[in-house]
Amino acid sequence: MTARTAAAIVSFAAGLGLAGCSSFYEIAVETPIQAKIDVSAFQRVLVAGFLTGGARAIDANTETARLLRSQLRSKQDMRVVDTDVLSLVDEVDRAKGQPPAAAGPDAEPRIKTEKDLEAYEQIFNNAEYWKKIGAEYQNPLIVTGSVMFTEVSKSGVVSRPQSVPNEQGLEEYRSVRTYTDMKGYALAPKFVFIDGRTGAQLYSETYHEEALYPSTQNTPALSSYFELMDKVLPSFLNTLSSQKIRGSRVLLK
Amino acid sequence: MRLRMWVVVVLLFGSVLPAYADRRSDAKDQVEFGISVAQRGLWKEAAYRWEKATELDPTYGAAWNNLGIGYEQLGRFDEARKAYEKAMEVEPNNTYIRNNYDLFREIYDRQNRRRDR
Repeated sequence: MTARTAAAIVSFAAGLGLAGCSSFYEIAVETPIQAKIDVSAFQRVLVAGFLTGGARAIDANTETARLLRSQLRSKQDMRVVDTDVLSLVDEVDRAKGQPPAAAGPDAEPRIKTEKDLEAYEQIFNNAEYWKKIGAEYQNPLIVTGSVMFTEVSKSGVVSRPQSVPNEQGLEEYRSVRTYTDMKGYALAPKFVFIDGRTGAQLYSETYHEEALYPSTQNTPALSSYFELMDKVLPSFLNTLSSQKIRGSRVLLK
Repeated sequence: MRLRMWVVVVLLFGSVLPAYADRRSDAKDQVEFGISVAQRGLWKEAAYRWEKATELDPTYGAAWNNLGIGYEQLGRFDEARKAYEKAMEVEPNNTYIRNNYDLFREIYDRQNRRRDR
């Protein structure tokens, strides 16, 4: 009797608890994300140029500056300064008294690896240099950084759908695991935000993205570059302006 | 002696249960109203209703879950985390709450990494 009563009480209590979650409603949400830095003091933004290295297939400095400028024009309030893109590699070489790197698509890049890049990155800490640039363009927020765009190749087991005829002679798809050679590109951009009034660094963020394709597929470097930059852009834009992340949640009754 | 103890337990349970049921019923009304206004995008009002629901019945997991979502939509992330965690404490096996919390944590952790920089 005692055990039965206790069991009834427990099951009733459990029932009460579960009853509350019998209905649910999926709802679309837009979670607001604050900007990473306060840019209210700036009316202008200057995408100065980037230290670039790795694959020679694209001009990562020009492409990155052009892409960021067009994104900034349409997705935030500051005026985007339209000017020639700086070659920061040449700027560093000049400061060191070295001759500038040869130009042209066949020219060997000065920065081939991350280690080469380190020697050039000191320019981001050169407050005097950035202050001078800032004064030239009415003290904007300066966007600079580095972009390493390198070729990668990897081998491994991947799953892919394969059509197989079934017993009735109809084709059906099965997932088949095969050893495949893949090649593609890796993009490692670092965005540095500098106060044009003082030359001081405000914020920096580094990303790493890879896109791999079957080795038989011929993917142009430029389309792979844009595919990879697409993944990084929302976070880049969120540095300067508030964004909303779309998703869904489940409301319970 | 044992029988007398059970009589006391049943009487106590019997007197507490209607009050609990009333509170849960009032809280449920608030939750339902909150859902209907949230569906119209009125998150401030919705959060207010779910706050009321959790005050009426702090053991109501759905109310805490919805409050977490409401606070999230209002950008009140620290309060959202507390509400979600309370919902999971009340209903640890509810997968809806767990999924909502996991999705929220992705955004919350990213936001906090930024604050640390």
